[in-house]
Amino acid sequence: MFWNKDVETLDRESLNELQLDRLQKAVKAAYNTPFYRKVFEANGISPNDIKSLADISKIPFTTKQDLRHSYPDGMVAVEKDNIVRMHASSGTTGKSTVIFYTQKDIDAWADLVARGMVATGATKKDVFQNMMGYGLFTGGLGLHYGAEKLGCMVIPSSTGNSLKQIQLIEDFNSAIIHITPSYALHLVEVVKEQGINPHDLNIQKAYLGAEPYSEATRLKLEELWGFKAFNFYGLSEMNGPGVACECENQNGMHVWEDYYIVEIINPETGEPLPDGEEGELVFTHINREAMPILRYRTRDLTRIIPEKCICGRTHRRIERIKGRTDDMLIVGGVNVFPSQIESVLMKIPEVGNNYQIVLERKNNLDKLNIRVELYSKMFHGDLNELKILNKKIVDELRALIVINPKIELLEPGSLPPSMGKAVRVVDNRKI
Amino acid sequence: MPHQVSVFAENRPGKISRITKALKKQDIDIRAITISDAGDYGIIKLLLDRPSDGIDCLLSDGIAATLKDIVAIKIEDQPGGLLLISELLSEKGINVEDAYGFAIKHSEMAVFVFQVENVQRTENILRDSGFQLMEDKDLYLL
Repeated sequence: MFWNKDVETLDRESLNELQLDRLQKAVKAAYNTPFYRKVFEANGISPNDIKSLADISKIPFTTKQDLRHSYPDGMVAVEKDNIVRMHASSGTTGKSTVIFYTQKDIDAWADLVARGMVATGATKKDVFQNMMGYGLFTGGLGLHYGAEKLGCMVIPSSTGNSLKQIQLIEDFNSAIIHITPSYALHLVEVVKEQGINPHDLNIQKAYLGAEPYSEATRLKLEELWGFKAFNFYGLSEMNGPGVACECENQNGMHVWEDYYIVEIINPETGEPLPDGEEGELVFTHINREAMPILRYRTRDLTRIIPEKCICGRTHRRIERIKGRTDDMLIVGGVNVFPSQIESVLMKIPEVGNNYQIVLERKNNLDKLNIRVELYSKMFHGDLNELKILNKKIVDELRALIVINPKIELLEPGSLPPSMGKAVRVVDNRKI
Repeated sequence: MPHQVSVFAENRPGKISRITKALKKQDIDIRAITISDAGDYGIIKLLLDRPSDGIDCLLSDGIAATLKDIVAIKIEDQPGGLLLISELLSEKGINVEDAYGFAIKHSEMAVFVFQVENVQRTENILRDSGFQLMEDKDLYLL
């Protein structure tokens, strides 16, 4: 099944032509933003230097830091009046990375999501239950608009509240769910506790996203639930979910190449790697009005699958994400950098120099434990004061990273002295 | 006014031995000990014969400890011994935040040690009402 068969099966040569045409337009639009104007001038390049797709390598990479530094609108390429939406992810120092959309961008995003859903075999008859967070995070609203575009009835159930989720699945015969893999593992246990056989539910498909998981977990979920599980990939810098998606063959995610130029690079040298080799995923959005982003380093590791897919789509596939090239943690679907946690802790005078971030998975839900050494000079012998401190750390962290951590106050000197960031993170989860 | 040493401690085996080891090195005697527990951690409260030496040696061992002002008062070691003073404190609106008591060997007296927000005011009230307050030395050398 195709949503837009002409585009999805466009021959490679025409696809390349379309990409070059759109790349040149995107580069011209980017050149009009304060950020890219500076980058182009500093590197002595002009939009006219992009004469072939290979010329993309002349353009420097864009990083998450660049997005932060151009906060709030240094990368915006349209009049502000034309922007109809923004999404954001939390930032290290309180500054977020913000993505803007015009109406055309929102429509195009929804269209790509609908395209991905149809590739998995979805039709407008399917009831779609969206168990991803709604709000600044792109996961909820991204699929919401796409499913509506396809014509599905959408249940915007968002995250949590398992009993309500199950009731909705039962009462409205949800056929497709959008869910994080860890929550899917948890929810199936709750379903069973309710005396319901998951296989008796009407769910045919699940779109899994927002956190990495293994093929073994997919197979386990398919067996437990009796649905087919599809990888749905995206990142807010490239719109959100819908950048790449598996077709019914469940063998790698098609990147919609009429919208994105995909590259794999060596994360150390930045050199482009040939198809088939593993490296860091880099995207250029070539069809977005409000915010053209060129050669964005995702920090996600994967490879391009060189072989053609039997489904007939000409758009190349990437493998599931294998890991990260930075220290970003994904906790219950939310992206967290250890530096964000550190920035909160180090602002609190009662906190000593040592801390440890411990990740655990209990009943298939991620738990973030932060072990904090008390600063001895700030101890006044008051139990209540310690309780207030505990709450203060929780509140300030929750405000920045949107996760409820458990704080463990420790005696000074009880943690091993810090030897770089990595040692501060102990990930006991088995993905 | 007497002092108590309060020590932050995680709720795990070894929490007391770490402290007592440090104190023994300096030949400091513990007159009384109590633990307030708040789940994962708690506060160990110590009456020491040399509180300021005690706090120095704990701090230099990297232990989070602090000196707290307390009120210590002699009461009769008999039924109702605590009643008189607790009635007075309640009447004056003084809240006892944390307390412990012990009887003195071969004596008919007992000691009631407690923490309040305003130590000076509490001491004045008790003294005016004829209670026998204990000073540093009487308490530590019991």
